[in-house]
Amino acid sequence: MSLYENLSETQLDAFREIGTIGAGNGATALSQLMGRKIGMSVPAISVLPFSQVPDAVGGAERLVAGVFTTIGGPAPCNILFMFPVDCAKTLAGYLMNRKYCQDEDLDEFGMSALSEVGNIVSGAYLNSLSSFTNLEFVPSVPALAIDMAGAILNTVLARIGIAGDHALLMETVFSEIEGNVTGHFFLLPEADSLEKIMEAIGVKG
Amino acid sequence: MANIIKIGMADLNVAVFPDILQTCGLGSCVGICLWDPVKKISGMAHIMLPSSSLGKTANDAKFADTAVPLLINEMRKNGADVSRLVAKIAGGAQMFSFYSSNDIMKIGERNVEAVKAALQSVRIRLLSEDTGGSYGRTIEFYSENGKLYVRTINLGEKFI
Repeated sequence: MSLYENLSETQLDAFREIGTIGAGNGATALSQLMGRKIGMSVPAISVLPFSQVPDAVGGAERLVAGVFTTIGGPAPCNILFMFPVDCAKTLAGYLMNRKYCQDEDLDEFGMSALSEVGNIVSGAYLNSLSSFTNLEFVPSVPALAIDMAGAILNTVLARIGIAGDHALLMETVFSEIEGNVTGHFFLLPEADSLEKIMEAIGVKG
Repeated sequence: MANIIKIGMADLNVAVFPDILQTCGLGSCVGICLWDPVKKISGMAHIMLPSSSLGKTANDAKFADTAVPLLINEMRKNGADVSRLVAKIAGGAQMFSFYSSNDIMKIGERNVEAVKAALQSVRIRLLSEDTGGSYGRTIEFYSENGKLYVRTINLGEKFI
């Protein structure tokens, strides 16, 4: 477990709690953006060796749309917002007020709309994280890729792989109450970031 | 019947005839495939980062420079003759285009360069490659004939 073995249950609970509030903010923002009711799951935290991460997110070969945002500042993190491609098209369609057919690819506008969703949800999430911790979280411009889930994860995990052999993922599932859209929101803190966040909120191991 | 042996991120393995090595969803990572044509022994590594100097870790399969010698050693243990080994590689894509000049975003390109350098340093000939671009790849490597099958989502499939 290397980097993460020192984390106590209390710290994980605290992290999950911050994640829940962050995700709540994210869900509200998403709901306002779409004009639809959005529900969310309780965040699940897992610590996994890299080889197991793709299976944990539904399989390396699954076709997904991923919006990736890197977060700078004193506690660097990565956010990956992943959607099954059908959901990504439905979601982009809501925002563009149009419908994408089954065999139609997302156009530039749809992709841009999807990136914006990533931007807004991440922003709301980070605002809450920031007000809890008094730490600054500086998001990058989001980048979008539509491809195999494993391939998308490579880039994200390469950033974390520099420091260790395990990834800590906090996953929240956002879903439209009507059931047409589901998105998986992953927060992956880099090496020492979790410790810094814990320090900032005064939770000791 | 040939078994398919799956290899995860930052992992490696060896197969003997007639088994097949597979890794799914290569993005910026690179799949390194080595083959002994006489013994029909194949090896595959799925590396994530170019150089072990980037960080300390217990996993040599994660870096190009340490994975190549480790894979050769594993193949030797299974009876492969190092002087006969030939290589094929795939992966090293840039999945996201950021406006940033951040090096980590060009990690695919750097991975490919590092793998080639590592192969060259042990004088293993690179027979073919399918690298770069901005799309994911799933690969299967056949111990029977040393063929490397590459599958993509939008750009079809091929043998290299």
